[in-house]
Amino acid sequence: MSRQANRGAESKKMSSELFTLTYGALVTQLCKDYENDEDVNKQLDKMGYNIGVRLIEDFLARSNVGRCHDFRETADVIAKVAFKMYLGITPSITNWSPAGDEFSLILENNPLVDFVELPDNHSSLIYSNLLCGVLRGALEMVQMAVEAKFVQDTLKGDGVTEIRMRFIRRIEDNLPAGEE
Amino acid sequence: MADEALFLLLHNEMVSGVYKSAEQGEVENGRCITKLENMGFRVGQGLIERFTKDTARFKDELDIMKFICKDFWTTVFKKQIDNLRTNHQGIYVLQDNKFRLLTQMSSGKQYLEHASKPTGTAEVHPSQETAEKHEDILATSTVDSCLCW
Repeated sequence: MSRQANRGAESKKMSSELFTLTYGALVTQLCKDYENDEDVNKQLDKMGYNIGVRLIEDFLARSNVGRCHDFRETADVIAKVAFKMYLGITPSITNWSPAGDEFSLILENNPLVDFVELPDNHSSLIYSNLLCGVLRGALEMVQMAVEAKFVQDTLKGDGVTEIRMRFIRRIEDNLPAGEE
Repeated sequence: MADEALFLLLHNEMVSGVYKSAEQGEVENGRCITKLENMGFRVGQGLIERFTKDTARFKDELDIMKFICKDFWTTVFKKQIDNLRTNHQGIYVLQDNKFRLLTQMSSGKQYLEHASKPTGTAEVHPSQETAEKHEDILATSTVDSCLCW
């Protein structure tokens, strides 16, 4: 009996390790392919964007959240539902700007960076930049143009990982020509 | 704990990224497949290291293959290998009737029309696949990376 219980916990841990290791292999390969960190960051962001535009469909299908009425609701849904569903963590939301269009997501632990260390020659690599792309792509599909960037990173020695999200504008649906 | 949907999308993106950034001739000469294989190799090594920390040493090749087909496959793909065949001379054929990395593509006609047609046994590695026929994947696996243990 206890052996079975062990297996259950192990397999859950393993599937997160599978993801972490796969992501690590991806970043390593990108670092080999592109000479400088900036290009790797851009590529991670682009890949994240592609993932985000498809992930949002899965998210909306499984989470049953309704339309968000403002950016604060969006922030809540991202932190409490989306991150929990896909990465098993619940970041906290802080540092709202006075205009209510910027906030920070604070991740105490980032599953992408388990067992990861940045070597010295890659100090400007934003290792988890895929997450920024995912957030950007997913929100674009629900008519929000946002900017996401890392301002603190545990890999670089900071205490927590912080993603700053900024609302740029609402994307209006473009009607096809002739359908006014 | 990472959700399966996220992993599947990441995997899709990795395969598509490698092929998109392939230079002239790389697709034909198999460089893309090699890149994906190398990534898969690193992942496999890392997983096995952690997974077999506390298990007993494997007695022989068949033991290793059984471990791969049952425990390892269950952990990574949430199911066991459906069929294992061997010629007892170092070749093992692992058959998975519902390969998780491909079920999203293989369960409808939309993508199958573009999938390559089978000519024989296809090599399948955890990081890259070629769909053979509807939900039926044959994998040939050599035991090299497991024999380190």
